[in-house]
Amino acid sequence: MAKTIWVLVEIEDGRPARSSLEVLSKAAHLGRAEAIVLGSAAATVAPSLGEFGAEKVYVHADPTYDTYLTLPAVDTLSDLLQRQQPDLLLFPTTYDVRDIAARLSARHNLGLITDATDLRYEGERLEVTVPWGGENVVVATHPYQGTGIVLARPKAFSVERFEGRQAEIEQLSVTLRPESQQMKILDRVEVQSEGPALEDASIIVSGGRGLGKPENYHLVEELAAVLGGAPGATRAIVDAGWLPYSYQIGQTGKTVKPTLYIACGISGAIQHLAGMKGSKYIIAINKDEHAPIFSVADLGIVGDVLTVLPQLIEEVKRRKAQL
Amino acid sequence: MKIFVCVKQIPDPNTVESKLDPATKRLVRTGVSLVLDPGDETTIAAAIKLRDSLGNSELTAISMGPASAQEALRRALAMGVDRAILISDSALAGSDVLGTARTLAAALKRENPDLIFCSTESTDGYTGMVPGAIAEFLGLPQLTFAREINVEGTKAVIKRVTQTGYEVVESPLPAVVTIASGSFEAIYPTMKGIMSARKKPFSQLSLSDLGLDPSQVGEAGAREQVLSIGKAEARAAGQIIKDEGNAAEIIADFLQRHQLL
Ligand SMILES: Cc1cc2nc3c(=O)[nH]c(=O)nc-3n(C[C@H](O)[C@H](O)[C@H](O)COP(=O)(O)OP(=O)(O)OC[C@H]3O[C@@H](n4cnc5c(N)ncnc54)[C@H](O)[C@@H]3O)c2cc1C
Ligand SMILES: Cc1cc2nc3c(=O)[nH]c(=O)nc-3n(C[C@H](O)[C@H](O)[C@H](O)COP(=O)(O)OP(=O)(O)OC[C@H]3O[C@@H](n4cnc5c(N)ncnc54)[C@H](O)[C@@H]3O)c2cc1C
Repeated sequence: MAKTIWVLVEIEDGRPARSSLEVLSKAAHLGRAEAIVLGSAAATVAPSLGEFGAEKVYVHADPTYDTYLTLPAVDTLSDLLQRQQPDLLLFPTTYDVRDIAARLSARHNLGLITDATDLRYEGERLEVTVPWGGENVVVATHPYQGTGIVLARPKAFSVERFEGRQAEIEQLSVTLRPESQQMKILDRVEVQSEGPALEDASIIVSGGRGLGKPENYHLVEELAAVLGGAPGATRAIVDAGWLPYSYQIGQTGKTVKPTLYIACGISGAIQHLAGMKGSKYIIAINKDEHAPIFSVADLGIVGDVLTVLPQLIEEVKRRKAQL
Repeated sequence: MKIFVCVKQIPDPNTVESKLDPATKRLVRTGVSLVLDPGDETTIAAAIKLRDSLGNSELTAISMGPASAQEALRRALAMGVDRAILISDSALAGSDVLGTARTLAAALKRENPDLIFCSTESTDGYTGMVPGAIAEFLGLPQLTFAREINVEGTKAVIKRVTQTGYEVVESPLPAVVTIASGSFEAIYPTMKGIMSARKKPFSQLSLSDLGLDPSQVGEAGAREQVLSIGKAEARAAGQIIKDEGNAAEIIADFLQRHQLL
């Protein structure tokens, strides 16, 4: 029997979030993928999900979810879990979905595995790959019958098209509980950053504490600009207040998988590597030849970022002009 | 107000790489130095700051762990926490997220907390699932990824980190709040703090004190199982070159060779 796998699809600017589609594609390879989409744009998003692998889409187009997703979504998924027993809830790792997963797990006593980079069924048994401590991999499973939850690491899977697939659509009729709507979002503030978003950039130039002081970060921004990429940062300089959190790459920041990642004055702590190790090419500039970042770099330059970066910016400009 | 902060003792992330025992498939805790999770130190700092600004409030640190976790709680007391509770029981070994959250929730329930602080995620297990599960077991709302928190009357308001910036979220109390690591200035214990920590109330609870059945927690209650531990495919290191004034050219050549210009 094909496994039934539910994917909660989040909406961003009226479109299905990329992180949700990554997971939906994976679910479609593992078994029968069913999507759940909630919020005022749900009805317009739902028909497109077949093409990303969904065989069925549950829709609740209620604007309540737009203002605060977590508790109403937990209630709705709970109701649905009372009627159906999917084999697996495969969710993307995002801020809201993490909150939802933790509560669902406790409410229904569902086993939970986080940070998965791969999963497969060996017969009836689900096997999940989870990276651990930089170099080890743990393969874990839900040993019990019944539904489990797996949260996938961002960018672990790629978005695929399932041409011509049409999903059956079911409108959910749930009554949202007032007690789950006591939380209010009073304000939303977007911190603008220039150039492409980190998640979408094919080139990322990232800076760390080795830049010395906040005023030197502009070197990273300039190199990113001439290469048509996005600037990123380590937690050390985000915590120090040089930049907003949206720049942070790593275990507690963003996971990125660009074609090229240039690490400038970054030591290469395990928590930083966790967010960028999947890059196709890595170049590192660090004055310490023993810096751990060199162990993952395709090209490592032992040198001073403050001398190398200005020269590199000029060299790239010069070569681009000749192309 | 009765404020609680959940803290965990972990292998020191700065001196050892955490290891998994191939036989038991659990985290190795012997022969390694154990510390209060650095993320929890930030969270304690946030809780102390709030307690001091509210006045007339008590801050209690609570931990589930082996006897050694006493040390982590002592450090919390030395930082300025008022009281500590350790839940320790051999039946708790091998707990997963649900077992951990169920145990902490049972202990917290007896205390009628107004506010429960956790870190967004721990530094060793980093599932980030324990706080939400505690909130669910207690039937409380959760305010997550906070980098700032204020209490106004019977409401808490946080600045919540989001993918693209932040949002301001309000919730009625009691509630569970998770603090984003690095959002608050660390507090270092002073000599005076360390001395006074010894006199602060410290209680220890076992499973039977909490009325929990051993089958619901520990390895017995765990709903996942580690099957095997293997080596990840290591990324091979490439070429490492010392800059002799030509680094920019070497990099530009690399970029051109891989069609990145
Ligand atoms: C739970 C947890 C989660 C974390 N999450 C993240 C995360 O998501 N992202 C993250 O980045 N970190 C994270 N960290 C922090 C991480 O452990 C490191 O502290 C951090 O990545 C270090 O940042 P850095 O490389 O900028 O600074 P440092 O480690 O201080 O490194 C600076 C480097 O610059 C080099 N340098 C100095 N001067 C120069 C110069 N003039 N030219 C060239 N090189 C120079 C030095 O040799 C050094 O290698 C986390 C930590 C914990 C405990
Ligand atoms: C390799 C490996 C993989 C694992 N994967 C999973 C998995 O996928 N699913 C699963 O269910 N379990 C897993 N575990 C077990 C899990 O790490 C433990 O169950 C742990 O008790 C739960 O915590 P965490 O460290 O992930 O907590 P988090 O949820 O990351 O912790 C967040 C915060 O909750 C509070 N907190 C957490 N634990 C305690 C405590 N004991 N006492 C007081 N406060 C606490 C602290 O404030 C902490 O900062 C794994 C363990 C290992 C060794």
